[in-house]
Amino acid sequence: MRGSGWSLRRRLTLTLIGGAAVLAILFYLVVRTYAQGIAQQSQDRILEASVTSLMDAAVVRGGQIELDLPYAAFSMLDTAADDRVFYAIHQGDVLLSGYEGLSSGPFAPMGEPRFATRGFAGGDVRVATLTHSLPASPRPVLLTVSVAQTRDSLSGTLLTISINAAVFGAVFFLLAAGMALWTSASTLRPLGQIAASVARRGPSDLRPVTRSVPTELSPLVTSFNALMTRLSHSLTQSETFIAEAAHRVRTPLATVRSHAEVTLMRVDKDENRQALRSMIRAIDESSRAAGQLLDHAMVTFRGDQLDKQDVDLVSICSDIVDRLTPVAEMMDLDLTISSDGPVPVQADPILVQNAVRNLVDNALKYSSAESVVHIHVSAQPGPSITVTDQGIGFPKDQIELLSQRFQRGDNARDTVGSGLGLTIAKDVAEAHGGRLELKNLEAGGACAVLYF
Amino acid sequence: MRSLVLLVAMIWAPFVWAADLEDRQMFEGAAAETTLRVISSTDTDIFAPILEGFLAQRPDLRIDYAVAGSADIVTLIADCPDCYDIAISSAMDLQLKLANDGLARRLSGLEQTAGTQWRQTLFGFTLEPATIVLNRAAFAGRPVPETRQQLIEAVRADPAHFRGRLGTYDVRLSGLGYLFATQDARTSETYWRLMEVFGSLDARLYCCSGDMIDDLAKGDLFVAYNVLGSYASTRPETRDKVAIITPSDFATTMMRTALVLDATGEEAAATDLVAYLTQGAWADAAQPEYPLPSIGVSDPARLNVVSLEPGLLVYLDRLKRQIFLEAWTSALVR
Repeated sequence: MRGSGWSLRRRLTLTLIGGAAVLAILFYLVVRTYAQGIAQQSQDRILEASVTSLMDAAVVRGGQIELDLPYAAFSMLDTAADDRVFYAIHQGDVLLSGYEGLSSGPFAPMGEPRFATRGFAGGDVRVATLTHSLPASPRPVLLTVSVAQTRDSLSGTLLTISINAAVFGAVFFLLAAGMALWTSASTLRPLGQIAASVARRGPSDLRPVTRSVPTELSPLVTSFNALMTRLSHSLTQSETFIAEAAHRVRTPLATVRSHAEVTLMRVDKDENRQALRSMIRAIDESSRAAGQLLDHAMVTFRGDQLDKQDVDLVSICSDIVDRLTPVAEMMDLDLTISSDGPVPVQADPILVQNAVRNLVDNALKYSSAESVVHIHVSAQPGPSITVTDQGIGFPKDQIELLSQRFQRGDNARDTVGSGLGLTIAKDVAEAHGGRLELKNLEAGGACAVLYF
Repeated sequence: MRSLVLLVAMIWAPFVWAADLEDRQMFEGAAAETTLRVISSTDTDIFAPILEGFLAQRPDLRIDYAVAGSADIVTLIADCPDCYDIAISSAMDLQLKLANDGLARRLSGLEQTAGTQWRQTLFGFTLEPATIVLNRAAFAGRPVPETRQQLIEAVRADPAHFRGRLGTYDVRLSGLGYLFATQDARTSETYWRLMEVFGSLDARLYCCSGDMIDDLAKGDLFVAYNVLGSYASTRPETRDKVAIITPSDFATTMMRTALVLDATGEEAAATDLVAYLTQGAWADAAQPEYPLPSIGVSDPARLNVVSLEPGLLVYLDRLKRQIFLEAWTSALVR
């Protein structure tokens, strides 16, 4: 899966905003075109009235047209922008009066005026032309009247309408864009909420998502839940398998070890004794690893279904000290414990015991002879158990990685270990809502603190 | 541009006659550098105070002031559109046609009340009613007419007294006379009846206000119809001899208008002069009887002001003019 290919939200927002922009532009163009049509129509009506009134004023006398221009024919063309006015009167194709070049023949009689927009005298004008055939003897006379008006007032009206339409379009667009942002945010919010609730879960929380989701998301959530169930099932199976396997291995290993020890007492040859010791050492390592795998499987299992009780951390730690003191003495180490009095907490005693035992185990393992491993139990500021030794300490650059499964420090190559001890302690701390802190003491040695 | 000039020249063909300048004078600013060329229908001596007032504000200018009849102005401009920067005329229709035909430049930054400008090209700056001017002596012992109807009655009452003593513009020659006549005819039929009376009593026809007022002052003329009364009140020697009557039935009133020609090279200075005119600042400084009443101080409500609108083009149409002049001639010229 690629992380940053494209965003559903951005795509939704852009689609909506794009749609709004297209609509706004369409609105502007439609209003403008419509207004242009209406404005042009009203100018045409006035030009038509002017042309018609001129036409009506014409009489034929002796084959010659007489046209007594009505004052209103032009004064009706007065506009707010003081548009310029031009006209031409033709008898046949001959200009009788007015502006040359405004209209040109050949003219043919028509019932309705004809309109055209063209350039004249340094500006755009709208020309209305009407040709009538006036009865006369010996033959009818063809009279053509053209009236033209510049389009300044029209342009002014159009400009006002265009500006208004543009403002309306822009406001519409802004509102629509705001709504698009809001819509895409609110549409995608459930998705974000599900993602956040899944992200907030602990690493071992494989419960199905139960919150109500939009219809469109339910297939995804259903698939996700099914996946979670399968995953959880398969994890449980593998943990069970590992525990079972470790358990099955441990018993024969103990048998092999006792046989090896008996044999060791019987053989005299140095190289044979050496081989047997290596064998016992390997058997110890395997058995210990199997034990830790069991511990880890148990921690994982119990961590999901924590059995919290009122326990005293001091008494748990004292038990461990009592149990491990013989081992420490065998290694010429001092195992000591200190506390400021009982430290009662709500915790799963078996898990806590497991965690502390693994930490002390580690400390004993990495300590050189004649040194001290100390456990301190404290209630301040929060309940905590600190295990310190005087050994080689953690490798500085690997402190962050050490609590991961099967990770071992570079300086621990010679020591028997599985790399699960710190992982167990960390899992226990986190199952109780606490954490495991690893650091090196300034005076030398490692320090592991379990906070609850 | 050339085709436009040609076009304009052809349209004006009916008006073309020997077009000459009546007068031409130079007004120098104190530190004159730039020349503004003005062509105007207003006599130099009447316009001089305005120009001097303007030059006091703009000493860097020099004004070349040429005077011609209002119809001649059109011909002169059509012949040579870049010979002048500003055209000032009392013939609103001719001025409007110049602007309509694209010979005037649009000016920006000039504040004008509605109806006193057209397209930001043509700016009215005076309101001057057409009046009836009477010789006081001739009307001694007679009722002084206040309306056209009363004038008709007064003249009909004693035709012998008034025969050959009535005068008005020859509208065939005077642009302003034509404007007043056509607007009168538009407004009321009384105009035609008055002209019939004038025609029956051998009315004298004049090209210009000045001649008419001269004859009035001399006593050769008893009644001058459609004269700019302000002209008569200017000269102290005539003021006492004449009575100026603004007809109370309707007083056709024109605006003296200014436009800056599109071919000008001095738009800024020309705009300043037009602004000076339209602001009417000169009216305060001038004497009360100064003949050009500023548009600001006149009361347009009781005047029948000719509006600046495309309708003015109607009477300039060749066919319309022909019909009007035929009617006018048949009434007045016997």
